Amino acid sequence: MGPTPTPLRRFMDYAVLSVLAFIFVLPVLYLFLGSLKPSDEVLDGLSGFLPTNLSFDNYSAVLSSLNSDSTGYFWRFMGVSLLLAFVVVTGGLFVNSMAAYGLSRLKWRGREAVFTLILLMMLVPFESVAVPLFYLFNDQRNTLYILALPFIANAFSVYQFHTFFRSIPPSIEEAARIDGAGPWRTFFAIVVPMSKPAFASVAILTFLIQWGSFLWPVLMVSDPSVRPLPLEMSVFQGQQPPDWGQILAFGVLLVLPVLVVFAFFQRWFVQGVASSAVKG
Amino acid sequence: MSAPAVVGLIAFVGVPFGYAVVLSFYNVRLGSPLAPSFFGLEQYRRLFTDPDLSGPFLRALLNNLTFAVVVVPVQTALALGLAILLNRKLKAIGLFRSLFFMPVVFPMALVAVIWRLILARSDQGMLNSALHAVSFGNWGAFDWLGDSATAMASIIVLSIWQGVGFQMVILLAGLQQIPGELYEAAELDRASRWQQFRHVTLPGIRGTLVFVVMLTSVLSFRVFDQVYVLVRGGGLDEDATRTVMYQAVTTAFDQNNIGQASAITVVFFLIVVVLTLIQRRVVRPENED
Repeated sequence: MGPTPTPLRRFMDYAVLSVLAFIFVLPVLYLFLGSLKPSDEVLDGLSGFLPTNLSFDNYSAVLSSLNSDSTGYFWRFMGVSLLLAFVVVTGGLFVNSMAAYGLSRLKWRGREAVFTLILLMMLVPFESVAVPLFYLFNDQRNTLYILALPFIANAFSVYQFHTFFRSIPPSIEEAARIDGAGPWRTFFAIVVPMSKPAFASVAILTFLIQWGSFLWPVLMVSDPSVRPLPLEMSVFQGQQPPDWGQILAFGVLLVLPVLVVFAFFQRWFVQGVASSAVKG
Repeated sequence: MSAPAVVGLIAFVGVPFGYAVVLSFYNVRLGSPLAPSFFGLEQYRRLFTDPDLSGPFLRALLNNLTFAVVVVPVQTALALGLAILLNRKLKAIGLFRSLFFMPVVFPMALVAVIWRLILARSDQGMLNSALHAVSFGNWGAFDWLGDSATAMASIIVLSIWQGVGFQMVILLAGLQQIPGELYEAAELDRASRWQQFRHVTLPGIRGTLVFVVMLTSVLSFRVFDQVYVLVRGGGLDEDATRTVMYQAVTTAFDQNNIGQASAITVVFFLIVVVLTLIQRRVVRPENED
């Protein structure tokens, strides 16, 4: 903790923080208010902030107009995004934690080399393999599995699990081994239940990144039936004439799942971000 | 046990990365009936010297550089200021932390749309009408996104807004590792608030700060989503804001020129690796004390 605040300093801190936070939150406020307003009042100068004529009409339009090309398939876009997030998060938790366990606890030939390889792969941002992947899988465009598959195995997740597993005292697992448990049983019955914080923070970070994923869908998806929400957001906002009320309602629906996850798992989230940074 | 992830990483990171290098030596076009032909270093030569191709590419590099040069120090300073303000025992401090962190969870495609409205060129745009009001009508409609002088500045502002909370959380974690006794000792020595900052806070978070700066530099070279969304439907000036990733995607996707796009990708990767290696080099001595 920093210096102990005097009452005056405390008041000043509150004042400064409140003003900053207010300015900072204005765009979010605008998003929520605008989503509740008739479209022609959204882009109407500062009165866009006035809470007049509020209604959920934009939401019902986005959710129900099943014939229109853009908003009509909302639940389909949502379904695609949820499915992709589910597959990438759960699949990723499985394979990356198993890989980290193998690398931190089991002894096998080539282990050091594989670990070095994984550290090297952490250096490779997805952006720098997007073009060759796009070329390699060009005939698989508009399939759901190609949207998920490249993101399940993740070097950074392996690294995060590896760091966590190394902090568990080996004696706990030794007891299990004496009782005759093999590595799989030891892993699933003992290590996994002990590692909830690691699983939570990796899951949340993976979910967040996957939910906003944009570059890969831009390259691989042209068919609206497999379009994830962020890509549809960009298509929807580019339409002429733009229907701002509905676009903002769509935006709120796009961000709501992450906000909910964030609200519930904030502690793990911040822990995950912070611990990965401090350990560097 | 490690096999599935290792296989996945080799298939989707290792192989395509090697493939990018190979493709960059070829003239490959998507949907072309001609077979790919070996091109040697021609793609790279064109990127840097062919007037038609190097123009946009070098512009993209310059834009990335401009973005990084502004975003890295400004966003880091802002995040540090916020982290220090938020590193206190105040009621509702958790709420404030959440508020500043909130935009981090917003997908960039949505952030771009919100700011498209705020920066809208008509006099009904949020920023324009606010300026109109405070200047007693002297400021009118200005096309923030479309004007080449302010297009990059707009992208910078919305990117900082979205990203500052992320750095703030990392720096906050760093600040909380500084022992409180150090501040008490400094206060006994009658150190001013500024002196405490310089002699206790800054040395205490040096490693974290270096990490944040390097991470932000790498991230700033990956800028793509917001530029793409706003160029494609938000009236953003394309030339003033195209980034290296934007250039790679449009070259591969719109011009079907895979060889050229791969060369851009390889250059992009080299930049990121150099930045990351500098990071490791700078951070390491601190960790090995």
